[in-house]
Amino acid sequence: MKMKASQAMVECLKAENIKVVYGYPGAAICPFYDSLMDSGIRHVLVRHEANGGHEASGYARISGKPAVCIATSGPGAVNLITAIATAYADSIPIICITGQVNTDQIGSDVFQEADITGAAEPFVKHSYLVKDAADIPRVFKEAFYIAGTGRPGPVLIDVPMDVQRAEIDFDYPKSVDIRSYKPTTKGNAFQIKRVLSELEKASKPLICIGGGVFASNAQEEINELAHIMNIPVITTMMGISAFSDDDPLFFGMLGMHGVKSANTAVNECDVLFLVGARVGDRAVRTPLALEKTTKILHIDIDPAEIGKNIGADLPLVGDAKYVLRQMIEKAKPQQHDEWIAELNTYRQERVFEPAKAGTVNPRWFIDRLSRAMPDDTVVVADVGQNQIWTATGYHIGKGGRFMTSGGMGTMGYSLPAAIGAKMADPSRTVMAVCGDGSLQMCMMELATAVQHDVKVKVVVMTNNRLGMVRELQTKGYDGRETAVFLDGSPDFIKLAEAYGIKSCRVTDEKSAVEAVKLLRDYDGIALVEVIVDENAATL
Amino acid sequence: MKHTISVLVENHSGVLSRITGLFSRRGFNIESLAVGPTNDPEVSRITIIADGDEHTVEQIEKQLNKLIEVIKVRTLQKDECFARELMMVKLNCPADKRSEIMTIAEMTEAKIVDVTLTTVTLEICARYNKLERFIEIVAPYGIIELVRTGTIAIQKGSESITAKK
Repeated sequence: MKMKASQAMVECLKAENIKVVYGYPGAAICPFYDSLMDSGIRHVLVRHEANGGHEASGYARISGKPAVCIATSGPGAVNLITAIATAYADSIPIICITGQVNTDQIGSDVFQEADITGAAEPFVKHSYLVKDAADIPRVFKEAFYIAGTGRPGPVLIDVPMDVQRAEIDFDYPKSVDIRSYKPTTKGNAFQIKRVLSELEKASKPLICIGGGVFASNAQEEINELAHIMNIPVITTMMGISAFSDDDPLFFGMLGMHGVKSANTAVNECDVLFLVGARVGDRAVRTPLALEKTTKILHIDIDPAEIGKNIGADLPLVGDAKYVLRQMIEKAKPQQHDEWIAELNTYRQERVFEPAKAGTVNPRWFIDRLSRAMPDDTVVVADVGQNQIWTATGYHIGKGGRFMTSGGMGTMGYSLPAAIGAKMADPSRTVMAVCGDGSLQMCMMELATAVQHDVKVKVVVMTNNRLGMVRELQTKGYDGRETAVFLDGSPDFIKLAEAYGIKSCRVTDEKSAVEAVKLLRDYDGIALVEVIVDENAATL
Repeated sequence: MKHTISVLVENHSGVLSRITGLFSRRGFNIESLAVGPTNDPEVSRITIIADGDEHTVEQIEKQLNKLIEVIKVRTLQKDECFARELMMVKLNCPADKRSEIMTIAEMTEAKIVDVTLTTVTLEICARYNKLERFIEIVAPYGIIELVRTGTIAIQKGSESITAKK
């Protein structure tokens, strides 16, 4: 069918069953916006392109499919880079569509021209600069396929204005065949046998789950396998909520900010089974020491992750869901009561020290909040102290979901990602937890939520500090605190009012009860400010 | 340790920059790089000489394989391939030195491609080490200009590195 390429781009999105896109228009992407207008696809006008990328990221994490964000050429595209890098670090499938200046102007530094495919290259799974409009159907089909399969990741499609305006014959390809891209899904049967045999031989086996379990949608499988074989489980920060905190086999998050039971488990185990975890530096600080004392079995869909940060005794390339399914078929029940009993002695009761007047203990509040919210709540932690308090303190119930910018550590991720997540599944409660620093990196998105009536909940932990950096300076720089004071911040309650958002402030236990009610029961956007002691720490 | 890595890639614009970008951002060192089309016009072959230990070379291979447009990556062991570089050298060559230089050219299998009253230009195609020795031999005459390609390599015997459709 003959049509404008811009129309074809819209048809591609329809063919991929895209219902919502997050974007910010500009001259170079106007032909596409013109075609999008009557398409029935919901366009969410974001307030900054990076947030549009994070919104797509939140949407993708909950829907499990690639989500779309849009920006214009030049500054619009360049603003997207932080979101692209954030998605890349956490293997989140997003499709970024950018406008570009006319083909014949590329390279001549015209208004709003930026080499976005060049600039984003280190952070994309793949990218396209479309020079021939006839390539559009193939490029879109490939982009969605590449973003969503294998190890997921962001794919960028840069489309010059004249290409968008060209007339093409549209026919959306039914399948993709890229000879140089064939991700492995099923695990090698022989390796699976060996992994199982190592797990059976182990006296102190341990499973460590990373974000790959969500990418592969293998939560059910990993739960099943762990319970058949009776193996204790810990997670990285990206793996949080793959296991419920109520599960007796679960021993928490490992790492620099992890819990004692998880970190002791890593040090004490004789076989460590890594599932979709890349063993980042914040998770395991001394992988070399660990690989000497422990047998490492490693499943990852990305062969480059196996042996990159930690040497694996047994590598197993494949999609966790398939591989674990294959393992479950052959797995035999094991008995590890002593080992589990030992680990249970490392569990620490949550003790909450009383906070000084006018503040609450952030860990206490998070704990309290998590027990009041519905089990299947999606909680999106930002970056900083709030992230650690939430990661280690938010009690994950059955079906709960925790998300954060784990790899890149991008401040300002929580609110936009929460907006995306809520739009992907409006039936669930979605709550962003951030600090007063991170909120001020994304608070313009409150308008996006209001405009599109996306009923997210926002918890902001105010300590008038960039708390994580403050803590680092206190401990590592002789208490020389610099550039961490957030004086000049607005009154967040008044700010919420200005947006027409219901809000309240928590300064003691009584107001906390009201706040939790507001977050749980109010059918609308709500913001809760929690006043936290400026010296409250994560470590 | 030096490694010879053969990479088959889709002949698309921007592929080379993806590959060199990957080397620089992951901290891999490229000693030499040669790119050219193959008998299949859709496929180019890149030969990279990279420096690094076993772990590094394994990561280079894996990371290269992740690039969507990379079709095949193969590290060639020294004894399983022929490796060649092309070099051209312009030397000072007054009339009384011509016969000397011609003898050197003959002994080293270099070709004389150009002669002027005061210079001679030689072309030689050989392994890296042989070119280094050649430079030593001709240096005393005075090198005016020297230009060489990156190494290209092909497997010995009937084995091949080719792309399937």
